[in-house]
Amino acid sequence: MNWLLNNLDGLGPIILTHLWLALVPVVVGTLVSMPLGWASSRWPVARAILVPLSSLLYTIPSLALFVIMPLVLGTQSLEPINVQVALTLYTVALLVRSITDALSAVPESVTTAATAMGYRPIGRFFAVELPLAVPVLIAGIRVAAVSNMGLVAIGQLIGVTSLGLLLLQGSQTSPPNFDQIIVGIVIIVLLALVVDGLLALLGRRLTPWARVGPKAGAAT
Amino acid sequence: MIEFQSVTKRYPDGTVAVDALDLAIEDGGITVLVGPSGCGKTTSLRMINRMVDPSEGTVLIDGRDVRAQSPSALRRGIGYVIQNAGLFPHRTVLDNVATVPVLTGTGKAAARKRAAELLETVGLPAAFAKRYPAQLSGGQQQRVGVARALAADPPVLLMDEPFSAVDPIVRDDLQEELLRLQSELGKTIVFVTHDIDEAIKLGDKVAVLRVGGRLAQFDTPSALLANPVDDFVASFVGRDRGYRALGFLPGHGVPVGPVSSVPVGTAVDTARGQLTDGWAVVVDDAKRPLGWVSADLLSSSGDAVSAENLISGGSLYSVDAESGGTSGSLRNALDAALSSPSGVGIAVDSGGAVVGGITADTVIAALAEARRSGEVPT
Ligand SMILES: Nc1ncnc2c1ncn2[C@@H]1O[C@H](COP(=O)(O)OP(=O)(O)OP(=O)(O)O)[C@@H](O)[C@H]1O
Ligand SMILES: [Mg+2]
Repeated sequence: MNWLLNNLDGLGPIILTHLWLALVPVVVGTLVSMPLGWASSRWPVARAILVPLSSLLYTIPSLALFVIMPLVLGTQSLEPINVQVALTLYTVALLVRSITDALSAVPESVTTAATAMGYRPIGRFFAVELPLAVPVLIAGIRVAAVSNMGLVAIGQLIGVTSLGLLLLQGSQTSPPNFDQIIVGIVIIVLLALVVDGLLALLGRRLTPWARVGPKAGAAT
Repeated sequence: MIEFQSVTKRYPDGTVAVDALDLAIEDGGITVLVGPSGCGKTTSLRMINRMVDPSEGTVLIDGRDVRAQSPSALRRGIGYVIQNAGLFPHRTVLDNVATVPVLTGTGKAAARKRAAELLETVGLPAAFAKRYPAQLSGGQQQRVGVARALAADPPVLLMDEPFSAVDPIVRDDLQEELLRLQSELGKTIVFVTHDIDEAIKLGDKVAVLRVGGRLAQFDTPSALLANPVDDFVASFVGRDRGYRALGFLPGHGVPVGPVSSVPVGTAVDTARGQLTDGWAVVVDDAKRPLGWVSADLLSSSGDAVSAENLISGGSLYSVDAESGGTSGSLRNALDAALSSPSGVGIAVDSGGAVVGGITADTVIAALAEARRSGEVPT
């Protein structure tokens, strides 16, 4: 515990950096995967390409992806953008599939009714299909956010500073500084839990309709 | 007026869903498209609001080609109700109903106010406004679906098997409600069903389609029952069409004769003296029928005729005593006679009080008279 007390001051900025590295990809990935999911729920050809491709992408080890990023992007290897782009790709890989499934699961009677009411395709997407996909979308975002919390730490290995620094430094001293390692792990886990909890709460706020059943609230 | 002018729809896989359809749908009435599954009813309906575009031919609304407008603009001016309602699960009942007015730029507050009025129009309590569709029964959802279609006050309403997913009793309610609404609103309604009874009950005109999307007959329900053009239509309208055709003949020619009635509480010995052919109808204070007593039943009764110990009666035939006319049809009259345990159908006035009895042979005689006078369509 001594280590924690001695280094309290330096932790704040590093936590913020960690969150920044992990969460920006979640936001960007969500925005990117929405049109992709829409396309692949609409056109079988798009689905046949995008869904297997995103599964494949997800199987690439994170370290490998971090290492090749500078080659792909033409960036310097220490730049945070490498980690963020890689994590964005993971987020997209995760969400494209769930958004596709969620949009395909919207009952045909509902989309038919929306069309018959006079919605154009884009309007229908935002007014009807996307809101109905929110429960599945939030579930996917939660998985992406939590896994990004851990993956950011691995970016430390290519020199992008995050809470991974605590783990790396702690393991490189001799003997290893277990205090430092444990503090690093605990903070990462806590951040993951808090972010997950906040997202769950957001999901509940956005979907009051998803919690009513045929019986709930019946008055007559 | 909605006109189909030699409209053909061929789907990309080669299926001809509708074949050279010519049909003129009058304003202000309910026109029913009926036919077996796959005969092109939905396809025809959707060509009116351009959810399907014809391969050949033209669809006109009030003389104007539907293609003159963009599909979304056209659809906002046409109500559409589908099977299972297709309500938006994530919107409250009120916001579901307000959908089209909000789309067309009516302010949210005004749209909701109008939506609340419409809930009442379709017979839903105001308390339902804040519920989500999942909190309603199928029949209630369907009412919301109708309210939603009416929200922008469109002159034309398209309904695709709107009542086929609810149980028969609720369906009956919804049908009555639609007829009531229509008598108030006078919309031009195109109604699709595969149920010929529903078609005959609701339609001012009925178009019978055969598989392959060809029009077999377009007529009033009574003409359809009386004069099917061919064997297909005859078998489609059903075996007891002769009996059902009686539903379109007014029963005013049926003489209402006397019927023995005893007030509930009458002493058994008095009641026995009142029986005609061994039967009497038991009535309450307001002369409304409660059931029948027979000679057999009286011999096993206590001292007085009680409301609990009766033989239940058949259907009632209603006579509008004030105007001297009738509100029932020959079918109601015949059914009242046939379903009565005594063989005498009970005629009641608008207040439900017994005014007399009718027998099956007098109904048949009235039918013969109607035929002679040319009242039965031939
Ligand atoms: N999108 C489509 N592509 C190809 N064929 C279609 C399509 N939609 C309908 N069909 C075919 O066209 C014919 C008419 O279909 P339609 O849905 O209009 O029938 P329907 O009378 O409404 O039937 P139901 O009573 O079963 O609803 C059917 O043979 C159907 O299989
Ligand atoms: Mg159909």
